[in-house]
Amino acid sequence: MSRFRAAALALAAVFVPFAAGAAEQVNVYTYRETKLVQPLFDAFTKDTGIAVNVISASSGLEQRIKAEGADSPADVLLTVDIGRIDDAVAAGISQPINSPVIDEIVPAQFRDPNGQWAGISMRARVIYASKDRVKQEAITYEELADPKWKGKICIRSGQHIYNNALFAAYVAKHGEAKAEEWLRGLKANLAQKPSGGDRETARDVAAGKCDLGIGNTYYWALMLNDPDKKAWADATRVVLPTFEGGGTHVNLSGVVLAKHAPNKANAVKLIEWLAGEKAQQIYADANYEYPIRAGVPLNPIIAGYGKLKPDPLPIAKIAANRKAASTLVDKVGFDN
Amino acid sequence: MRPSPPSDQTVLVLALLTALLVAAPVVSLMLIALQPAPEVWSHLIAYVLPRAVSDTALLIAGVGTLTLLIGTATAWLVSSHDFPGRSALIWLLPLPLSVPTYLSAYVYVDLFEPLGLVHRALSLVMPAAQAVQWLPPMRSLPGAMLLLAAVLYPYVYLSARAVFQAQGTDAIEAARTLGAGRFTILRRVVLPMARPALAVGVALAALETLNDIGASEYLGVRTLTVSVFNTWLNRGSLAGAAQLSLVLLGFAALLIAIERIGRRNASVELSAESPRLRSRTRLRGLKGGLATMACLLPPLFGFVLPAAYLLGESLRRSLSIGIDPALWRDTLHTVALAALATLIALGLGLIVVLATRWREARTTRAAMAVAQLGYTLPGLVLALGLLTPVLVIDGTVANIFRSFGYPSPGLILMSTGGAVVAAYVIRFLAVPTGLLKAGFDRIPRDYDDSARAAGAGRLVTLWKIDLPLLRPALVGAAILVFVDCLKELPATLLLRPLNVETLSTSIYQYASRGSFEDGALAALIIVAASIPPVIWLTRFSDLPE
Repeated sequence: MSRFRAAALALAAVFVPFAAGAAEQVNVYTYRETKLVQPLFDAFTKDTGIAVNVISASSGLEQRIKAEGADSPADVLLTVDIGRIDDAVAAGISQPINSPVIDEIVPAQFRDPNGQWAGISMRARVIYASKDRVKQEAITYEELADPKWKGKICIRSGQHIYNNALFAAYVAKHGEAKAEEWLRGLKANLAQKPSGGDRETARDVAAGKCDLGIGNTYYWALMLNDPDKKAWADATRVVLPTFEGGGTHVNLSGVVLAKHAPNKANAVKLIEWLAGEKAQQIYADANYEYPIRAGVPLNPIIAGYGKLKPDPLPIAKIAANRKAASTLVDKVGFDN
Repeated sequence: MRPSPPSDQTVLVLALLTALLVAAPVVSLMLIALQPAPEVWSHLIAYVLPRAVSDTALLIAGVGTLTLLIGTATAWLVSSHDFPGRSALIWLLPLPLSVPTYLSAYVYVDLFEPLGLVHRALSLVMPAAQAVQWLPPMRSLPGAMLLLAAVLYPYVYLSARAVFQAQGTDAIEAARTLGAGRFTILRRVVLPMARPALAVGVALAALETLNDIGASEYLGVRTLTVSVFNTWLNRGSLAGAAQLSLVLLGFAALLIAIERIGRRNASVELSAESPRLRSRTRLRGLKGGLATMACLLPPLFGFVLPAAYLLGESLRRSLSIGIDPALWRDTLHTVALAALATLIALGLGLIVVLATRWREARTTRAAMAVAQLGYTLPGLVLALGLLTPVLVIDGTVANIFRSFGYPSPGLILMSTGGAVVAAYVIRFLAVPTGLLKAGFDRIPRDYDDSARAAGAGRLVTLWKIDLPLLRPALVGAAILVFVDCLKELPATLLLRPLNVETLSTSIYQYASRGSFEDGALAALIIVAASIPPVIWLTRFSDLPE
């Protein structure tokens, strides 16, 4: 064997996906980090014998699938938020999931009326409140703009996808003019310029830089379980805020079935399996998320936040107001 | 004039093809930008651009000034002075090059923010709430400037040191004979002669700053690059983002123009012969101590502290949790992709430079300019622009297979890592091109002419004379490209094949889960893998003593 061929074979061994030869497989493009979803996929392969090939990224996957066109290996796109689902559908890379199982398990509010996407799990956008300095029990999102919190709130960039969805929900509920006024009020209440991530927000509340922080349930639970960071979590408590007359805003993780899915049957199998009890239990325990289906017990940490009442606003309405929310964030100079 | 030999033609064609490769993502970006996005622009101009442009300009000005000061001062100190610890500092000074900017941002925020190590230490001597007031605001524009400068100054240091060492001993001795003191010599002789090299170093540091998304966004600095990102993702306007990217490209072009102006009128020819080394001034006592401190602080903040942090975190985790076996496979992927890209970039860089050397013409000069364009493209913008051309090739290959009745092989470049390698090559081709050009400029054309008069062909001359003389430039370029590829994140993230993780994508995944420390070992491997090349680079730029 020539040296060239040996080198080519060695390269192939490195790059050709391990499972490429498996008879049954499904290809997943995901915005959820591989390390987070791998336990789920391992369990799926164990249950069904279908191998799962994965690529994860932070942005641009729908553009990649679109460019890959009819030859795209993508079967399923898994997202962390409605924003990316919306982008995928707008890019024309989805097809209806057409699964009676999904229609039965996933509440109508959390799936597309046209079947182009379905929610799989939820994280709530909550408040980390200082145990020492904040005595108030219930807080509404509207109230965050109240001058009584002046200089007391910390939050990450208003353009971050999680905040974008929260602000879009506000626009959907109250209209653009009211939302702008609210954003200006919230901006005026910030203790510092938005930066860092939800974890830094929790840290700033714990250290006394601010009294209220806005972040996801997941990050707080992660801290509580890390011996190094338990102190940060212990100094704060999680408040599940609500919209006036509504519920708590949730970030919906969802799935899209790719338009040219080469393994469509397996893809639907995976989507249905993800909504099944076993997967939902793994989501709840390993990822500290709220299951999409009823009857799955919550992780004790998450259950300790109190009973979640997801806001009834259809997720599709939130998606429709993302652009308006992003525009308002710039307009009020939220991140400046 | 003699007819051009066939080797000339081949090289010319290859050089033009290389330029085409680099231009492909830019052209594809321009095509996307052609779609109108007027509503995006009225908004951007009213609310986003004023702030983004001023923040970007301030950040670049800050990082540029700091890297210039730190890089020049340290290079001057080690090149013309002797002081305690000098020999150790010589290899420590370039090491921050091995620390990716996003990594440094995570480490410093963790160390200096509330509840971090510094805060806990301060809390031992004062109440924790009071200690918070003492913490430097890392997540701020000045924080970002300092942080980036601490890891980017080696670009200036390395180019300055190479010149300080090699440059005209004669001029300095003449100045000394005329009674000029050390600082007068520095100001009137050394710095003016080093200006082109300093300009290159600062331009590289500035372009790296412009390219960064991870660190700026995390630190709350809304640069143009961050704005491209928001326009695309939250306003769903790819066309608007592409148009904004072209503005960004204009910014980068401006930087390069400034660099070129910095180089103009600097016709100081460096001697091709081994320059005589000038003697170093010995600094003792307080002066020596100050010199040691001045050369110790930059690598302390740019390298020692982040590396020690990563080492500590990795040890703790490896001992308690064990090492993730996937890490070794990730390392293999990373090294394979980076090595392949380095080889190709070196080959293409050589071709582009040879084309101008063998045939000085507008076409070849243009090819070289285009080949260096990739360095100005932020990784994510490059990846977006590259999607279409790569997939056009993949689609064509698949169709050819189908038309001959074979089953489609799938998307060849996308599924083999070819797209990632292409992105690396395009992004970093400017490095070998620039260094080899500089290397060739120091080889007198007489050498070539003599060899050819003696009957040697072009390729023989290249092989026997030019390449051996170019060895330092080749090795230097290989190392810089390799290290840059190891660190690259945004293009790798979007273009890699299924089931392939690299070290940087693996770190990224931990970081976005809010547990960056869990990726410390992967980060440490990137840093550690970059150390031997960086030291090697230092040795090559070092003259025998």
